[in-house]
This record gives sequence, C-alpha cells and structure tokens, in this order.
Amino acid sequence: MSGTFVGMPAFPPFPRAAHDAVRDTTLRGNLRHATHTIRDKRAKAVAELADWQQLREAGKRIKDDTLRHLDRYLVQLEESVTAAGGTVHWAADADEANRIVADLIKATGETEVVKVKSMATQEIGLNEALAAEGIHAYETDLAELIVQLGDDRPSHILVPAIHRNRGEIRDIFLEKMGSWGRPAPDGLTDTPADLAEAARLHLREKFLRAKVGISGANFMVAETGTLVVFESEGNGRMCLTLPETLISVVGIEKVVPTWQDLEVFLQTLPRSSTAERMNPYTSMWTGTADGDGPQTFHLVLLDNGRTDALADDIGRQALRCIRCSACLNVCPVYERAGGHAYGSVYPGPIGAILTPQLRGTTSGIDASLPYASSLCGACYEVCPVAIDIPEVLVHLREKVAGQGGRGHRLEKAAMKAVGWAMDRPAVMAAGERAMARTRALHPKRPPGAQAWTDSRDLPELPEAPFRDWWKKNRT
Amino acid sequence: MRVALFVTCVNDAVYPATGIATVKLLERLGVEVDFPAGQTCCGQPQFNTGYRHETEPLVRRMGRVFEGYDHIVTPSGSCAAMVRDNYPRIARRAAAQRRGADLAEAAEFLVPRMYELTEFLVDVLGTTDVGAYFPHTVTYHPSCHGLRLLGLGDRPRRLLEAVKGLELRELPGAEECCGFGGTFAVKNPDVSAAMGTDKVRNAAATGAEVLCGADNSCLMHLGGILHRQDAPLRALHIAEILGSTEAEPHV
Ligand code: SF4
Repeated sequence: MSGTFVGMPAFPPFPRAAHDAVRDTTLRGNLRHATHTIRDKRAKAVAELADWQQLREAGKRIKDDTLRHLDRYLVQLEESVTAAGGTVHWAADADEANRIVADLIKATGETEVVKVKSMATQEIGLNEALAAEGIHAYETDLAELIVQLGDDRPSHILVPAIHRNRGEIRDIFLEKMGSWGRPAPDGLTDTPADLAEAARLHLREKFLRAKVGISGANFMVAETGTLVVFESEGNGRMCLTLPETLISVVGIEKVVPTWQDLEVFLQTLPRSSTAERMNPYTSMWTGTADGDGPQTFHLVLLDNGRTDALADDIGRQALRCIRCSACLNVCPVYERAGGHAYGSVYPGPIGAILTPQLRGTTSGIDASLPYASSLCGACYEVCPVAIDIPEVLVHLREKVAGQGGRGHRLEKAAMKAVGWAMDRPAVMAAGERAMARTRALHPKRPPGAQAWTDSRDLPELPEAPFRDWWKKNRT
Repeated sequence: MRVALFVTCVNDAVYPATGIATVKLLERLGVEVDFPAGQTCCGQPQFNTGYRHETEPLVRRMGRVFEGYDHIVTPSGSCAAMVRDNYPRIARRAAAQRRGADLAEAAEFLVPRMYELTEFLVDVLGTTDVGAYFPHTVTYHPSCHGLRLLGLGDRPRRLLEAVKGLELRELPGAEECCGFGGTFAVKNPDVSAAMGTDKVRNAAATGAEVLCGADNSCLMHLGGILHRQDAPLRALHIAEILGSTEAEPHV
C-alpha cells in the first residue's frame, strides 16, 4: 500500500541524508557515545540469562503463531476489551485513526491531552492531526518532550532525543519550556538531575490538569483484554491513571494470545531495550474499573499497512518486532547516519525493513531504505524475536530492483551482463586477462567510479589472474 | 586427501596471490588441490543486490563444477556463507514457485562440502600450527559473514597465534563491520567510508604492521583507505600469512 503515512513524507533518499549526517561531528559523537554505552550494557544483561536463546525462540514462535491467526485473536481481543468496559475502534489507516481520536477528544469537550510515549501515534502523525483540530497534545516522556519542545524529529525508537547531548537539552528547556507551560528554572545546569527536575516540574501541572490521556501499548492480551505499557520514568503511569478518559492507539500486531505469553517478553524486552533486568514501571489495565483510573477507555486498533506486510511471506517477520531498539544500538550504519536519515519514525535496521513495507517502495526514500545496510548481521544477532533483518532487506531489494526506474534498469542490465559472463568461464577469463594486460593504462580514479574512489584507492591489478598461474604451474 | 579450490572471482581477478598461497599452504599440509576451471562466481553480488533470478544459473554452475568433490575449500568467508546461507534459500524460493529442483540439488550437495579456509584447516585437518613463519605484528579483523554467518569463532586467531615470529595485537571493536558490504560500498559511499575509516583508525591504534582478514573484498575496501592515507599499515589475507614459511617467506 503506497498511501500509508508513517510520518515525515518527502524525505531525500537515504544516501543523500546520510551524506550530511556523517559530516556532523557533534551528531556522530553523541550517537557513538550513546549507542556504544547501551550496546555494551545490553550484552551484559543478556549474558546473565542462560536460556536467552530459548527465550528468543519462544518470543519468535509466540509472535508467529499470533500473526498466523491474527484475525481470530483480534476478534477475541475486541470481545475481551468490550466485556471489560472498553470500546474498540478499527482504523484502516492513519487518517481514519486520527479522525477517530480527534472525535473522541472533542466529545469530551477538552482541548488538551497528555501522551504516553508511543510509536503508533508518532507513526500516524497524531499530534499534528490534533493540532489542526485545535487540540494540544503534550508529550510526557522526557525524550519525547525534548523532541517536542525542540520542534525536532525523533531519531531513535526508545531514546528519541539520542542525537542531543546534555548541553543542547538544557538550551532547549531554557528557551522553549516557557511557551508550553511552566518555564525552566533560572540558572538551569546540564546535570541529569537538574534537567530531570525541570521536566518534572513542567510536566506535573499538565498531569494534574489533563482529563484525557493518550497511549499506545507494548502488548495486548487477547484472552483478558489487558493492555501493557513498559516504561522507565513513571510519567506513562501518570497518563494512564490520572485522566478521566484514556485512548490507546495500538498496531494490530501487538496482540498476544494469553497472559502467560507475557512471561517471555517481560524478560526479553527490558534487557534488549534499556539493558535492565526489569523496567521500573510495567502498567497493565483491563477495560475500566469503578472509582479507579480512567472511567472511559477506547482502544483504536491500527492497520496502516500492516496487513500488506502480513501478506508477504518473508517480509511479515518484521511484524514480530517488539520495538526494543536493540538493532538500532548495534547498527554501524545507524551509528553514522543517525535516525533522521531513515525518513520515518522507525529508524535503523527495523525501520529499513518496516517502513518500505508499510509505505510501499515507490518514493525515493522508501526505495533507498532496503539498501541502507552493509548486511553485517549485527541486528539479527541481537533481535529478541529473531527477525532475520538481512534476509528481509535482500528480499525488499529484489522488489525495488524489480520495479525498475531510477537507475535500476541500468543496474539490471549490468547484472544480467555480468551474470551472462559469469556463466561462461572463458568469457570471464578473457575479461580478467584484458583487465590485467591493460593495467598500466588504467587511471587511478576512472570516471564513473567516484563512489569508490572519492574515499578509497582502487586495488592494483595483478599481472595475470589466478587461473593463468594455475595453468602454468599446476597443469 | 583431495580437495577442490573455489578461489572466488575477486581472488581470481584481483588477488591471485591469495589463491596461490592457499594452494601452496594446502599442498604443504599434504592435501592434493584441484582447480576446476569451470568455476566463476558464487553469485553473492547479484543476490545481495536483489537479483535472485540472475543468481540461479550460478548456483547451478557451482553444483556442476564441484560435482564429485567431498571438500571444497575457499579463502573467502563471505562466499562460503553465500553458499551455506543463501543457496538453500534460493532453492526454497524457487520451490515455492514450483520450479528449480536442480537448485535444491545443487544446494544440498554444496552446503555440507563448502569450507572456508580456516574452518577446513582447524576442523577437517585438525591443525592450528601450519608451520608458517611471519615475523611481523598483526591485527585481525573478523569479517561479518565469517563471524556471524559461519561462526568461525577463534579459528583464525588460533591459526595466527601458532605462526612463528608473529605477534598478534587485539583489534578494538573487532566485531564491528568494516563498511564494505558489497554494493553498499558504492550505493552508500559516505557511510561505508566512515565505517572503514573508523576500522582503519582502530587497526592503526594497535601499532600493528599488518591488518589481516579472511575476506579480500573487505580488505580491498580497507586497503583502499589505507593506501589513500599513505598509512604504514597494510592489509593482507590470512592465507598469505599462513602460506609464508622460513624457506619461502611472504614478500
Ligand atoms: S527488530 Fe528486533 S531488535 Fe529491532 S526493535 Fe524490533 S524487536 Fe528490537
């Protein structure tokens, strides 16, 4: 489906965006420091569990089984949520989801909402859609707050402001908090404790005032209708408990069949994402409860391209993703290009396989994403649900190559020609010999080879190919 | 023992010294080496760029060319990984379209018989001391496909540690990709070069004279950066180090 909106359309192809990012030394420094720290911590946290590989396999199987019978589990989920006092809405795409949420908020008469950090609402551009209806959506996750105040874009799934350092955050707080609510204290320093306190004071008044909360969910349990949010700060729990109305927007692939299935993800998600044995806050709610928490609960189930991905027998494994971001943190390409280069709210390896499936591969950025990888396999190695990201990348490259256009026609012709020669050893040998014989004439930087020679020299060619040595010396 | 050498297209055309060193090393260890002349390329560049159909004739060719050999040895981790990881996948994809029984046959034959050089030395010949002599400081970069797809583990290290005169220096961030990645190197040249430059910096920090690897395509990229920087460090394939002896030292 090519019309699916996954945030931030009209971005330049990946290589062009990355060209600028690799030259931004502050960004490179911030990213390198942050990803390497969390990468090493994750490795230690995972090494503590002797049965990690079994947990990984179990997570993969639970997700695969659910996806295979998604129709059944979603209907079961709707029944459970309804029975527990919630209302379920179905949204085919971003527009429909945004419309449903806006109407629900308007029905309450409110013009302000507080938000739990959520990828699904980022994906559909909910904040912007609500703003167009005169509704202010306040991000309450610390990193999301930094992004929102800085009029910036998220560059990481878990740490959306990973591209910012403490000094930059201090400046954003000092400059922008005042226009959104309680200003930052004078003389704010860039120590983590000071920054957190400024955010706490700023957010507290929003929590106490808000009548509507908006969230996503990490998991939804079909048998009980329970939604689950994993978080570190407790701000999410404020949004989930204080308001009168709670609206959750969740991708349809987030359902798991049973409560017991959570046991696997409760172990793998925190260790993979924040490198913790357990995350500080795990909030679970089932419909509504009299006198306790929100008295009205709406669940918006979001497709937005997911059923298209589900129809692809290789691509569908991307729907197993639990958004831990371990693959981003180990990715050497992400580390250098930064999250913005991926042109979607899903950056890094998972973004490179998910975005082109949700949005289709027709735009320049989407067609370039499957190539934004050296296929080193570090992502697959750490993925807690064993998504073979390199396999999906190559599969999507095949799709892009097959659709022709923008250089791929020429590439296809070249690949065909090389393939033809490679299937004829005599032709290949003749080519090798011709290359070797004329080596003295080859320019050091031949025209058309800049992509290689701008940063690297070409190897010196040998006098003769190996096969000639063999013929002369061993036959 | 008689083995077939799969030299790979890159080594054949650009790095014949690696192929020659492999032959001499294996012969020195009492192995009889054949070079089936019909061999060309495993098809990795085509496959990884998204041209699966263009790869299929090369899978068939590999099956035909190496028929009858129980051991096929290749001085390239990524080409060995291509066969082991992707040939069955290519066959499965074709089978899903109800065709390509010959692809499945080729994959089935090749997968258990294809050995990356260090794997063959350690697992099949059961040796880590190959009697080599190389009086230099060396740091080893384990290329991704050897590391993650083949699981070469410490085999290359053990082989290098047993080389007389060789001093092995630990490479910081060894497991990070060098940034070659096949067509990635030219489709995303900026990121590729940034990764390569970091790798080269880490290698230079060890103070070693030689940056060793088991994949010449990665070494072509890293060597190209080193050459451009006029660095004192040079890139060299592990076969050429293991092939070097006191009687016939590497030059
Ligand atoms: S693809 Fe795997 S590693 Fe990456 S975010 Fe999703 S679950 Fe985590």
